[in-house]
Amino acid sequence: MTTLTLAKALNAGLRRSLANDDKVVVMGEDVGRLGGVYRVTDGLQKEFGPRRVLDTPLAESGILGTAVGLAYRGYRPVCEIQFDGFVYVAFDQIVSQLAKMHARTGGAVRLPITIRIPVGGGLGAAEHHSESPEAYFAHTAGLRVVTVSDPQDAYTVLQQAIACDDPVVFFEPKRRYHLKGEVNEAADLRSAPPMDAARVVVPGTDVTLVTFGSLVTTARDAAVAAADEGVSIEVVDLRSLSPIDHATVAASVRKTGRLVVAHEAPHQAGLGAEVAAAATERCFEHLEAAPFRVTGHDVPYPPAKLEQHQVPDLDRLLDGVDRVLGRGAYDESGSPAFEGAAR
Amino acid sequence: MTPSTVDSRAETRTTQDVVQVLDETGERHGSAEQDRWLEGLDADPALALRLYEDMVVVRRIDAEATALQRQGELALWPPLLGQEAAQIGSGRALRTDDFVFSSYREHAVAYTRGVALVDLVRVWRGVTASGWDPYAVNMATPQVIIGAQTLHATGYAMGVQNDGADSVAVAYLGDGAMSQGDVNEAFVFAATYAAPVVFLCQNNQWAISEPVTLQSTVPLVDRAAGFGLPGVRVDGNDVLAVLAVTREALDRARTGGGPTFIEAVTYRMGPHTTADDPTRYRDPAELETWAGRDPIARYRTYLTGLGLLTEAEEARVQGVADQAAAELRAGCIALEDPSALTIFDHVYAEPHAALAAERAAYAQYLEGFADGDEAPGVDAPGEVAEPGTDEPGTGSTDAPTGGAR
Repeated sequence: MTTLTLAKALNAGLRRSLANDDKVVVMGEDVGRLGGVYRVTDGLQKEFGPRRVLDTPLAESGILGTAVGLAYRGYRPVCEIQFDGFVYVAFDQIVSQLAKMHARTGGAVRLPITIRIPVGGGLGAAEHHSESPEAYFAHTAGLRVVTVSDPQDAYTVLQQAIACDDPVVFFEPKRRYHLKGEVNEAADLRSAPPMDAARVVVPGTDVTLVTFGSLVTTARDAAVAAADEGVSIEVVDLRSLSPIDHATVAASVRKTGRLVVAHEAPHQAGLGAEVAAAATERCFEHLEAAPFRVTGHDVPYPPAKLEQHQVPDLDRLLDGVDRVLGRGAYDESGSPAFEGAAR
Repeated sequence: MTPSTVDSRAETRTTQDVVQVLDETGERHGSAEQDRWLEGLDADPALALRLYEDMVVVRRIDAEATALQRQGELALWPPLLGQEAAQIGSGRALRTDDFVFSSYREHAVAYTRGVALVDLVRVWRGVTASGWDPYAVNMATPQVIIGAQTLHATGYAMGVQNDGADSVAVAYLGDGAMSQGDVNEAFVFAATYAAPVVFLCQNNQWAISEPVTLQSTVPLVDRAAGFGLPGVRVDGNDVLAVLAVTREALDRARTGGGPTFIEAVTYRMGPHTTADDPTRYRDPAELETWAGRDPIARYRTYLTGLGLLTEAEEARVQGVADQAAAELRAGCIALEDPSALTIFDHVYAEPHAALAAERAAYAQYLEGFADGDEAPGVDAPGEVAEPGTDEPGTGSTDAPTGGAR
């Protein structure tokens, strides 16, 4: 075991993928000489050469479109989109080309492309550098969408994504790039948990708190804080956003009877809606309260000085937990007062 | 005409600098620059006649497909009428191991790749999303999103380059595509990496109702220089000129010279698709002008003058064309509708439990019609029975085959 930051773990995962399969190519803006703006690709071009680790022109659709062509030729591209808000200009190549090609060609053409996207806010960044666009991609058939919350997952899931024959959108919680953790670099990927399985990261009995990416750390902290008040939170790290491991969520909700879903992305049609709806379908008679979503507001991502109001923090997660418990200022029935309530 | 077919110095070129071997009357004008690429053809009458046969056959196929659409056998068809020389001349320049990424009007290019006739119409009959396996003919499924395929061709060429191979990726695009971001990005990537890709732009003057002047205020070929691409403007209705410039561009790509942009100046004689009505936006006089530049007529005159195209040969070619049309028609009409559950096929390359469960749930729903009730159809949604379609999942169970998704 080695102690690595999440960014270093991603770097190690990329290095191992490049070493194991000479069809793997890493491509993106500033990924070569600079090693990426977050240094996730640090040293890779030096080690594997400019044909394997390509600095590309500043054109995201170009990156994805040429990756499609490379994959057509048998390559396994790993594309970096420098920031979450830059992915939209590549949207057609992702949803109309990449996602549909395997079905379009009756299975003849496989496009094993991984799209790495640093995601989320909380870093005081400029506009378009703090977005959470996962729902757009989770809504698209043909894509797999995953994210990670700790260095071990960063290391293994990235390699699993690269090895997967389907296109994978891989979200990296950039706020947690410096999060440290133990990583088993000798781990056999085949015995690692599958990429599309959710995971209970904190066991509990009173409330199920489902989240993913950056907020898993916050949710762990919330579980500790709630325990001080005698409330036992079970934290589920979703990991895969498409497909969603509803069975793991449902198993937890059947036990606790209460569900809070949290993400940085806006409320409307976010992943929280999907998780809450699916849990309701599966566990209706087990629910003691309506599921509650703690999310970003339905506003453009705000300027840095206001972003603490957009990104859910520890208090907002605990507030959500209070609501489904019918505690504090909230309706004793357990049904949160929706109209006009701060979410 | 310019003495050099390829010249990246756009400022030295005028709109008159169009490479032409056969003029509109079918008279050949010698040019060492082009003749060099036509030596094999000039030495072998069978090859010269083959180009003629190809153009006659694809025009006949195209007419048959339009007829099939009018008769309700196809949902839609984008005719290539008028663009036979641009497509056959370029398509016949390619090697088997080259790879084509085309738009949706390149039926003649597909024909040169060996695509079976019936495979040309599968998509337009609505029974599949791809008429053929791209790897079987080294031609990708025709692209509907304008220009997206130019990036795919460029990426493929980057892969060829990495492999150390000498095959070439060829991107077909139209004048409308020249305004797309993807096309401009493809030019940047291709030039930057010196990728072995040829961009063959058929400027057929119209993007549905929009004339090429709405896409560009300069000749399209002049765009190439700004990207650092060699560019050549060719008479797209001159099959020999198109063959010559394409061969030269392919040779450049194979020998490490990087990408080339070719503007083949031609004309869309028909509608954009069978759903279009060009009389709403096009001057009939313009159509007349271009009819006088017909690509097949001029080549017929040329071959007849050489004594190659005899009456017997003409009859043979017409026979081949009629046979092809009959084969296309029979194949088209024999195409059966796919079964409902195939919509779930190949969405993912690797196992996907959630989609498998969704498929199983829909299969169960469809089984409710097994007693002879009419199966669901888009024409009569209100008539379909409601066997619990609004039942969410399966309540508290997660059984993957129980309808829980």
